[in-house]
Amino acid sequence: MKSLLNFLLRIHFLLLFILIEIFSISLLVNNNNYQRSRMVNFSRELSGKYHQELSGLKKYFSLQEVNQQLVEENNRLLNIIESTYKSDDVFFRNVNDTIYNQRYFYTPARVVNNSVNKKHNFITLNKGKKQGIKPEMAVVSDGNIVGVVKGVSENFATVISLLNLDFKISAKVKKNGYFGSLVWDGQDYQTAVLNEIPLHVDIQLGDTIITSGFSSIYPEGILIGYIEEFEKKSGSFYTIYVRLSTDFKQLNYVNVIGNLTQNEKLNLEQQGIDPND
Amino acid sequence: MINTVPRYLINFILLVLLQVFVFNNIQFSGYINPYIYVVFILTLPFETPKWLLLVLAFLLGISIDLFSNTLGMHSSATVFMAFLRPFVLNIIAPRDGYESETYPQLKYYGGTWFLKYSSILVLAHHLFLFYIEVFRFSDFFSTLLRVLLSSFFSILLIFVGQYFYRKDNKRL
Repeated sequence: MKSLLNFLLRIHFLLLFILIEIFSISLLVNNNNYQRSRMVNFSRELSGKYHQELSGLKKYFSLQEVNQQLVEENNRLLNIIESTYKSDDVFFRNVNDTIYNQRYFYTPARVVNNSVNKKHNFITLNKGKKQGIKPEMAVVSDGNIVGVVKGVSENFATVISLLNLDFKISAKVKKNGYFGSLVWDGQDYQTAVLNEIPLHVDIQLGDTIITSGFSSIYPEGILIGYIEEFEKKSGSFYTIYVRLSTDFKQLNYVNVIGNLTQNEKLNLEQQGIDPND
Repeated sequence: MINTVPRYLINFILLVLLQVFVFNNIQFSGYINPYIYVVFILTLPFETPKWLLLVLAFLLGISIDLFSNTLGMHSSATVFMAFLRPFVLNIIAPRDGYESETYPQLKYYGGTWFLKYSSILVLAHHLFLFYIEVFRFSDFFSTLLRVLLSSFFSILLIFVGQYFYRKDNKRL
């Protein structure tokens, strides 16, 4: 105790100095707004830094847990994405047919491969069997004719383009309903040829050509194009050159049209034929 | 020695009044604020007890603070200076030490000694004062410039003041 007192006596100068300084500075900080605010800011900053460091340290120790959580989160999100993707894929749009039962359904698809410069052009779509695409479905782009689905895989479909020498479709002149068959002549990707329109039919340049709806593939009234030129070539039929309304060079999104009554119609037509056989 | 107490008391009051009413109003271009009141601590007798030194420094500082509305600023700086005083006196002591019946003033130990003595302590005081006034290190160099310029002027004024002392003391 005595030595402690001696020690305190020995350093009394320093102790007193420290005490008075602390007192002065506490006076300073408590009575001067500027210094007080600086002090408060400083301590705030200091404590903020301390907490930041501490939380950084804590974070490091919980990395394992966080990783696990992230993996789970990722998993969950991936599942959601996949499912939304699927539901988007099988999104069917009703055609305006409210009085009767639905006859056609539309599936949107994207063109992933396309050509216009061959004699037998095909288009590949990014949807297939999984998304309900079947062969013999019609493909349209914004109400304009594109082609017919030929084959499907799990996730892709090939479409016979209208620009294919094997493609043939039943078409009619919109204003009077006379129908014929439309083919591509393999020349210009913007022009197709409509045959079998009788000579007595009144046609003019610019008349609209649409699908007839006889084929059970295409609904009636899908736009094909406009008459660009016509001539009497042989016999009793016109050869009509149709300017296609579809721009095959910039196909991007198309709709695949499924016909719900296709089988029924075909069966009925089969029955009509069968007795004759 | 008896008459030293009232003499220093008068000294104290005079210096505080001088500082508050004259030198606190001198502010050349925002850089130069001479603080001459520290001369009181400088000229205290050698035999002053160390604790008394600190207490007097605190009283002096707080008096200035009360008048200039900066509570704690001058007192802490002055106490700091008073704390340094014994060490500085030791360091710059003449070869044969300080004689009795003398004071740390220009007339006893000469201009060079006093210049050294006052420069170190005034600089320390001003450093402490200006930095605690700014209370941050972001404007370090502009504050340092203020410290140096103000110190220079304070030392100059204190030095000049010593010649007045001389006459005073002769008369006393």
